Amino acid sequence: MKSPALIFLAAFLVNNIVLMRFLGLCPFFGVSSTVETATGMGMAVIFVMTLAAWITWIVFNVILLPLNLVFLRTAIFILTIASLVQLVEMFLKKSYRALYNALGIYLPLITTNCAILGVTFLNIDNRFSLLNGTVFAIGTGLGFTLVIIVFAAIRERLDLAPINPALKGYPISFIAASLMALAFLGFTGPECQN
Amino acid sequence: MTKLHIFTRGLVKDNAVFVLMIGLCPALATSSTVRDGFGMGLAATFVLVFSNLLISILRKNIPNEVRIPIFILIISTFVTIIDYMMQAFQPDLYRALGVFVPLIVVNCMILGRAEAYASKSSVLDSVLDGLGTGLGFTLALTVMGTLREVLGNGTFLGMSVFGESFQKAPVIFMIMSPGAFLVIGILKALINKYVKKELR
Repeated sequence: MKSPALIFLAAFLVNNIVLMRFLGLCPFFGVSSTVETATGMGMAVIFVMTLAAWITWIVFNVILLPLNLVFLRTAIFILTIASLVQLVEMFLKKSYRALYNALGIYLPLITTNCAILGVTFLNIDNRFSLLNGTVFAIGTGLGFTLVIIVFAAIRERLDLAPINPALKGYPISFIAASLMALAFLGFTGPECQN
Repeated sequence: MTKLHIFTRGLVKDNAVFVLMIGLCPALATSSTVRDGFGMGLAATFVLVFSNLLISILRKNIPNEVRIPIFILIISTFVTIIDYMMQAFQPDLYRALGVFVPLIVVNCMILGRAEAYASKSSVLDSVLDGLGTGLGFTLALTVMGTLREVLGNGTFLGMSVFGESFQKAPVIFMIMSPGAFLVIGILKALINKYVKKELR
């Protein structure tokens, strides 16, 4: 059994969800044009990812496992996350207006964010306990937030730089992400996995 | 639009990965070798064709207000089928693709075709559209997989390309994550430069 601190560091830096696992690339490239929107998206992802990890863990271990319905995992998880996001949105709108204004527009986008669904699957595949699953979800969400904010800062500078027209937009963003991923490989240490 | 046009639209003109830039997560994650990229592409093609088929058959019976959850349920049914089939018949490939097989369900390419095309078109057209889009995705993943495996491992489908001396010290970062971002960035830049606007 790995300790929660190790799980946190692995999820946060070493196996960073965006740069090492390639999950959540759509918001990574789509919502990273300014640091402000990137921060909002990151916060929304941490929030929903942790909630989703709890709910799907409970659904899997309390309902699907005892009833031998594991093959329904994919369908149930995506429906759970979709309704969870709707619920959170309605709840925040009624009760926490300030938080809703900050996260509001990012919440619907999160339903189709493969990082959220990916984390819930990885939680199950790794057979994490509820505590370790929570730590894993928070670490992953923080890792996502870290790289999307750094990447948004890079893109703000790229907008002002003189770039070959063929490279403008997506190509140069991919190359910048490649260099970031290269830097993150450093966290893996000299003996690379895979 | 002729049947051929429907088929080639997704294959070339609106290629999901290289032109529309959707379905990026599996495209980057599973293209480290030719086999993984090709296998992932075929799995997504299977889901696309059959979800397009079923959605097109049911299109007059699906109430408009709840169409998205129904589409997602239909897609996840076929994802579960391919998930279990792959586990049974291709266990090595399944292990290599890992969490990306169940994650086909949130691939926006598939929901996108269901919403934009299959829910409005005839059965045959929808199947052709799914086949074209899926094979376009497979083509993109295979091209990326080839570039990355040849440079990063010195092999093509496991066969040596440049001989043993290269294989001892290949450009190893190409099969790791930075290589994926670099390859798609350079390919996209080349497409921007050399493919004419009206062709795209």
